[in-house]
Amino acid sequence: MSLRTPLSKVRGLGSAKDGTEHWWHQRVTAVANIPLVLIFAFVLINSVGKPHAEVAALLGSPLVVIALLMMIGSITWHMRLGMQVIIEDYISSEGRKIAALMANTFFCAAMAVAGGFAILKLGFAS
Amino acid sequence: MTNSDVPRERPLSPHLQVYSPMLTMMMSIVHRITGSALYFGTFLVVWWLIAAASGPAYFDLVNGFFSSWFGRLILFGYTWAAINHMLGGIKHLFWDTGRGFELETVERNARLTLGGSIVLTILLWVIAYGVK
Ligand code: HEM
Repeated sequence: MSLRTPLSKVRGLGSAKDGTEHWWHQRVTAVANIPLVLIFAFVLINSVGKPHAEVAALLGSPLVVIALLMMIGSITWHMRLGMQVIIEDYISSEGRKIAALMANTFFCAAMAVAGGFAILKLGFAS
Repeated sequence: MTNSDVPRERPLSPHLQVYSPMLTMMMSIVHRITGSALYFGTFLVVWWLIAAASGPAYFDLVNGFFSSWFGRLILFGYTWAAINHMLGGIKHLFWDTGRGFELETVERNARLTLGGSIVLTILLWVIAYGVK
């Protein structure tokens, strides 16, 4: 005999009811990623093998800082949503799923903060 | 009426090992694989940015790694994954409008994604190297 009624046991176990928003944010960040990732790929390839002073000057110029900040924000949000779907698809045990979803959020937040900090530091340094 | 007491073998849907591979299904799973590769690639991107923000000594170490042939191979793979995922993503956005589901279109777009990603990646490297 449980204190909880059968109804209260099943309430909240259905849809999380924010599927549309998840889907929509994945699309908005996907569109934003197109120019941002192309710009970053260009900057990255162009910087290979160059001395620190040159790379720091390029990464620290205002337009590049703005583009990279937007990129780190957009890709970390996009990849968090994307990995969430992959985790939900492949991990069926509830406990491990929640642990993986949390690790996913922590990793993406850490990447956003660390990347954002590095970009700002480069921007303010030059 | 079916006898509900007798447990029946439920039909299983055929899975990957039953189908002969088709380009469309390969490109579908490649989109997920490149998405995951980019996910972990973000760590390398942030490592490189932190190195640049840390100063010459540490940057030379990290940039030295990325400038080696192995580092460049990783970067080339990373940019290919990004562009392949991007083209596959654009195809998804196109599908989201309800268009592009005719068999010939699906097949053609799978080819375009694969071929386009190789051509665009090489083009990007040629251009980015050219303006050095
Ligand atoms: C360059 C432009 C990009 C576009 C246009 C794009 C587009 C998309 C789209 C439309 C989806 C949803 C696919 C679906 O519903 O099945 C998706 C999934 C995903 N994306 Fe991206 N993306 C881009 C860049 C990135 C980047 C830079 C990362 C990682 C840092 C990333 C990681 C992911 C992941 C992990 C998924 C989940 C894959 C899956 O569920 O199969 N994407 N992307």
